[in-house]
Amino acid sequence: MINKKELQRRFMVHLDPILLMGVGLLLLVSLIVLYSATDSNLLRVFGQFVNILVAFAAMWIVANMPLHYLMRSAVPIYIFGLLLLVGVALFGDISHGARRWLNIGVATIQPSELMKIAVPLMMAWYFEKNEATLTLKNYFVAALLLLIPLALIARQPDLGTALLIGASGFYVLFLAGLSWRIMVGMAVAAAAAAPFLWSMLHDYQRHRILMLLDPSQDALGKGYHTIQGMIAVGSGGILGKGYLNGTQTHLDFLPERTTDFIFAVYSEEFGFLGNLILLGIYIFVIGRGFVITANASTYFTRLMAGSITLSFFTYAFVNMGMVSGILPVVGVPLPLVSYGGTSMLTLLLGFGMLMSIHTHKQLVKT
Amino acid sequence: MKHRIELKNHQREIFYFRLRLMLSLGFVLLMLLILLLRFVYLQVVKHEYFQTLAESNRIAVIPVVPNRGLILDRNGVVLARNYSGYTLEIATRKVVDLEATINELSTLVNIQPKDRKRFKKLLAESRNFDSLPIRNRLSDEEVARFAAQRYRFPGVEIKARLFREYPFGEGTSHLIGYIGRINDKDVEQLEEDEIASNYLGSDYIGKTGLEQSYEKELHGTTGFEQVEVDAGGRGVRSLSRSAPVSGNDLTLTLDAKLQEVAEQAFGKYRGALVAIDPSNGDILAFVSKPGYDPNLFIDGIDSENWDELNNSPDVPLNNRALRGQYPPGSTIKPFMALAGLFYGRSPSYTIHDPGYYTLPGSSHRYHDWKQGGHGSVDMFKSIVISCDTYYYGLATELGIDKVHSYLSQFGFGQKTGVDMEGEVSGLSPSQEWKMKRHNQVWYAGDTVSAGIGQGYNLVTPLQLASATATLANDGIAFKPHFVKQIKRIPAGAPEPEPQPIHDMHIKPEYIDLVKRAMEAVTQPGGTAAGASAGAPYRMAGKTGTAQVIGMKQGEKYVANNISEYNRDHAWFISFAPVEKPTIALAVLVENGGHGGSTAAPIARKVLDYYLLGKVPTPLESDNEKEGAEHD
Repeated sequence: MINKKELQRRFMVHLDPILLMGVGLLLLVSLIVLYSATDSNLLRVFGQFVNILVAFAAMWIVANMPLHYLMRSAVPIYIFGLLLLVGVALFGDISHGARRWLNIGVATIQPSELMKIAVPLMMAWYFEKNEATLTLKNYFVAALLLLIPLALIARQPDLGTALLIGASGFYVLFLAGLSWRIMVGMAVAAAAAAPFLWSMLHDYQRHRILMLLDPSQDALGKGYHTIQGMIAVGSGGILGKGYLNGTQTHLDFLPERTTDFIFAVYSEEFGFLGNLILLGIYIFVIGRGFVITANASTYFTRLMAGSITLSFFTYAFVNMGMVSGILPVVGVPLPLVSYGGTSMLTLLLGFGMLMSIHTHKQLVKT
Repeated sequence: MKHRIELKNHQREIFYFRLRLMLSLGFVLLMLLILLLRFVYLQVVKHEYFQTLAESNRIAVIPVVPNRGLILDRNGVVLARNYSGYTLEIATRKVVDLEATINELSTLVNIQPKDRKRFKKLLAESRNFDSLPIRNRLSDEEVARFAAQRYRFPGVEIKARLFREYPFGEGTSHLIGYIGRINDKDVEQLEEDEIASNYLGSDYIGKTGLEQSYEKELHGTTGFEQVEVDAGGRGVRSLSRSAPVSGNDLTLTLDAKLQEVAEQAFGKYRGALVAIDPSNGDILAFVSKPGYDPNLFIDGIDSENWDELNNSPDVPLNNRALRGQYPPGSTIKPFMALAGLFYGRSPSYTIHDPGYYTLPGSSHRYHDWKQGGHGSVDMFKSIVISCDTYYYGLATELGIDKVHSYLSQFGFGQKTGVDMEGEVSGLSPSQEWKMKRHNQVWYAGDTVSAGIGQGYNLVTPLQLASATATLANDGIAFKPHFVKQIKRIPAGAPEPEPQPIHDMHIKPEYIDLVKRAMEAVTQPGGTAAGASAGAPYRMAGKTGTAQVIGMKQGEKYVANNISEYNRDHAWFISFAPVEKPTIALAVLVENGGHGGSTAAPIARKVLDYYLLGKVPTPLESDNEKEGAEHD
């Protein structure tokens, strides 16, 4: 018979308590801010709680999976995701001018979310397979593994997600040891080609790019979001206006305040001090990710853990940068805080992998 | 040895990996530091500024709607314009009991039952947050009366606005189309095109005709004004403003006066007329009869008018010139003649017409329109007297696929590519088409009737006018178009001169023969002699009749025995002056019987005005509206 203590040990054995603490704090922040952002709508908060429970279960399962399972799943998941993307391109539902969703009868799914995990997983798997004989060609192939789904997502068009997946893939390439010379060379080539590419664009495409760079050009559209977001953050001051007292939030000035702009709600009500605390928690989680990455035992796990950690940082940075007006508005939620089931699931899946990478290695050692 | 090297490499690898990881960490910290500094800037340094914006005042961004571009004819006559007026609008989400509010309002301003009906219809169709007009074009007195009582009506407001107006009304309805209130479907489309933010504050969008096709040019760029608003939401002070950019004015190739002449020439008849300048594809007149009053649609049409338009047996909402498909009938013969010449039929080849045609080995008789036949007929005569038997034989000799391929060069069976949405392609049949569409083989009999433009053949008036223009221009085709120039601000490059899209390289002697024959059609002995008598310019033409119902073998067509809507359609195509054509046109008169007697006189009036400046004496006092209602 297994007693209660043993059961508890078995449940926790593959969960990293330190990471769990950081993640738990962020999820707590999420529920608290959401209550305010929805004007005290407990139903929505409960909805987010259900999202968390589902994602947490998925995380637990992945954390308990031995690493070779993870490796073996790389290729099928990647191909599955790629097929879904092609499916979206051919049969996808159009919403808000983009073809991102695939209707599979019972639900609609957004395959680009899956690729946030699948692409780095596939690339890390590929590098592991060719570890002994790495040549330039392998980097080229890995880049191709990244670029194919990227192109499909970019033409949906979903530039925001494409950029994020591009970043997660680049992290794998970088950590896998892509030579500095090539990176510098590509940067120079891109800079040199830019004027040429610019001249090839249509007027309306140029207009869109300029608008990304200077939102005040589009004060009625996305620029409006940025302006209201900045007012919310700035008016929060050092101590904030107090929980449930944000005027920007509760007088309907903030758009998308449960999703992409939830940080503005938090910042308005908890102020600079609150921001310090939130940044602190993010640094804590990211730092733990770095420790796990540094101690990972195989090439595959190092690359995977590094990419997950750096991607998590990127989401957080891009979202907060966007709300505070230093980055253009792209649809990126604040990780683990914004309302939403899909992003919650992919994020916690990633953390599940981190935990699996960490705990299974330890078991091997002892 | 080997093992040691690998081990060493492994350690080195880990070293380099950790180095890169450290670099990443440095990058992460640097970025987060930047973020932190940004927070310091926003929340500490600039806190008071944002505090002011957020607490004591609020910023509202108010869209400033641009003026819609005007539509002018080639001489600057205004076909669509804007005028300012007052409208009484209800913000539906702020009003609890709509019915009661409207009842109370009706004590101040004149609200008719039809206004209520229209409002209800708008309510059903509109976006939820709109404020909707209950009355348009308020008088000054009504404005004053409401203003005094305004406090009683929260959510009801008077707005000064630009209204769209179409001075020619019904006469240009199918050409200009109309604008209407933006509905959910429009919003979806705007979002898909990623221009929804340019329509904030806009209530209207082009729905049909050129208003729809040139929506992007006409709409303009919405400006915006950042204003401080007080707690009540009223604007206090303007912070910044970006002026709207008015929509671009369109100058059409159309001649409004010519359009009017053509429209009136139809009298009570239904039908369509398209006139084109053969030397460049400019559309000079574009009539579809009956039309409708486009001004009714702008603020949402009331249900009575809508039912009347929608249920009329004359289908006034159907754009016949663009979308009506009819058999071309005998108007196809000049084109068939050119096909024959191209494939080697000699102009002097003469048949003897006994009044019918039979396929080899068959006894079935395909009748000529003239009982007893025309006697000896060569190509020239076949056009002048419109001999069916000649073309039964010619089509059979060429075979349908050759006919199809030659006629496609004139644009039969294809969209002309005109700059108006909703064009249809007509039909120029081929063996392949019939197999695909009907899964049937092509019969020899199909070719026979195709030879005189019956059977499967279908054309639109626009298409036939375009083909006629190409013929008049010696086989050099231009794409027909409505817009001559778009007045852009700032001025862009002027519209390029229209370029020919296709040159058929027809031999001069061939085109000359066909043109001479078409001129003879309008001379004594030709099928359109009556309508063209006394014209001081050289006019060429061809009559045609499109069957609405088929006649059984041996049955005789007697117009009076057939209900009006089943009578034949009359066609006339024409161009003038023959030596150097400046106008080519196609006229269709629905259920008009013979082309020579109903369609050709309409063409004559149009040509007389265009070439001589002769304005026809006004028709009988009955106006077009009564005309549209005749039985």
